[in-house]
Amino acid sequence: MAGSSTRQQIQLQIQQEKYKQLSKKYVPRPRYFYNVFKAFMVGGFICMLGQGIQNLYIAFFGFTEKTAGNPTVATLIFISVLLTGLGVYDRIGQWAGAGSAVPVTGFANSVASAALEHRSEGYVLGVGGNMFKLAGSVIVFGVVAAFLAALLKTLIQLFLGGVS
Amino acid sequence: MSGGKRLSRQTWQYDKDIRILGSAVSVGPKEGEGPLADQFDKIHDSLYCGRDSWEKAERQLLEDAIQLALQKSNRVQDEIDVILAGDLLNQTITSNFAASKMQIPFIGMFGACSTSMETLSMAAALVDAGFSRYTMAACSSHNASAERQFRYPTEYGGQKPESAQWTVTGAGGAVVGRGTTGPCITHATIGKVIDMGIKNPFELGPAMAPAAADTLSTHFRDLGRSPQDYDLIVTGDLARIGYKILIDLMNDLDYDIAPVYNDCGIMIYSEDQEVFSGASGCASSAVVTYSHIVNGLNQGKWNRVLVCATGALFSPVSYQQGESIPCIAHAVALERKGDDM
Repeated sequence: MAGSSTRQQIQLQIQQEKYKQLSKKYVPRPRYFYNVFKAFMVGGFICMLGQGIQNLYIAFFGFTEKTAGNPTVATLIFISVLLTGLGVYDRIGQWAGAGSAVPVTGFANSVASAALEHRSEGYVLGVGGNMFKLAGSVIVFGVVAAFLAALLKTLIQLFLGGVS
Repeated sequence: MSGGKRLSRQTWQYDKDIRILGSAVSVGPKEGEGPLADQFDKIHDSLYCGRDSWEKAERQLLEDAIQLALQKSNRVQDEIDVILAGDLLNQTITSNFAASKMQIPFIGMFGACSTSMETLSMAAALVDAGFSRYTMAACSSHNASAERQFRYPTEYGGQKPESAQWTVTGAGGAVVGRGTTGPCITHATIGKVIDMGIKNPFELGPAMAPAAADTLSTHFRDLGRSPQDYDLIVTGDLARIGYKILIDLMNDLDYDIAPVYNDCGIMIYSEDQEVFSGASGCASSAVVTYSHIVNGLNQGKWNRVLVCATGALFSPVSYQQGESIPCIAHAVALERKGDDM
């Protein structure tokens, strides 16, 4: 009995594997190069916009190259959140992919969209509890990556610093 | 009068005068811009349907469909002995809340996107068995409430692949009972859960196609019919990719469905509406069946139609834990019969 049920399971697995291969033929492949090109253009455009804003802050508001960073990021976040609220950012995202997801504007969109979505469940449990639903993993792995990078840098300095 | 008959483990035959006495659909703005718009009973011009949350909007759609179906069947609320309803939200809250307002005895059902034919086949069975004189079968889905539950917040800018599908915002309801007008419900084939190992929730068409093939071929075998015995065969929401796969799967089983086959998920939107590969959701099959197909049968456009609603029985937890997507399909045969018969 046990033998026949194992055989059935193996047969099912073979069928599933065959079907997976078959269905792949029907599912259109993502157009990688086209997507990468769009992401490059939009991502680049957002960074260019950031550079423009930074230059404005330096030229007209008396910021230095070092201090202009924070107001620039805040401005980009504001624009992104506004576009999210107006229902435009998700359309940009569908077209641009990683181009609008990777820059700080994508992070702002993930926080703002989650906050908007869960507004109907109240401010504390809804907005507060769900705002970082998507952004949370970025923060966790960002912190972990920063820690590992800092550790590596410290270790290298320790060993190489001793040599020189 | 003899009751329904068990033709096989999966196929039921109903008494001949069990009919859809009246049916109605209510939809959102995008569906209202589609090619079937003139067949819909109510079109909301906002995704909120006059309410303040997506969940309430979906409830509004379901309530609309139920009320309009009652009106069109010339029945009043008190004549409906039981309402069978389902939707995609956790604990089927749309149906629960709608039913609490109606005060009609209620059986909540879940078959994912196959709920439309699951409820219709059961409604006909209850009437046939004599447990209910008039039964309401209804179901709903809402694009934003489904997105929120199964995917990401609606305004999140994530990129979806071409194989993704667009959840229909809408609801459909039908009053089933003995009568002299409306299409007859003649047979139902209840599906088995089929899991062919597809794990990607953006490939629901390919995941569900084998379930549809299993139910359709069982239906033909049990009734000794071929696809050509039907004027139209539709699946619920296989969309463009699943559509092609199903035709090929059925060809492998020696059934040529292509000449009479269509998919509700392709019919409901026009090609320029940007819905990826097509529609999905409980409302996909319900909205098309309870408007376009019922009207077509009543007007004599078709004489015999087979509706095979397909459902993906997964949850956000199951796919995140790496499980494959189990699928099901239920088929119901509808027939035009004159008033004199």
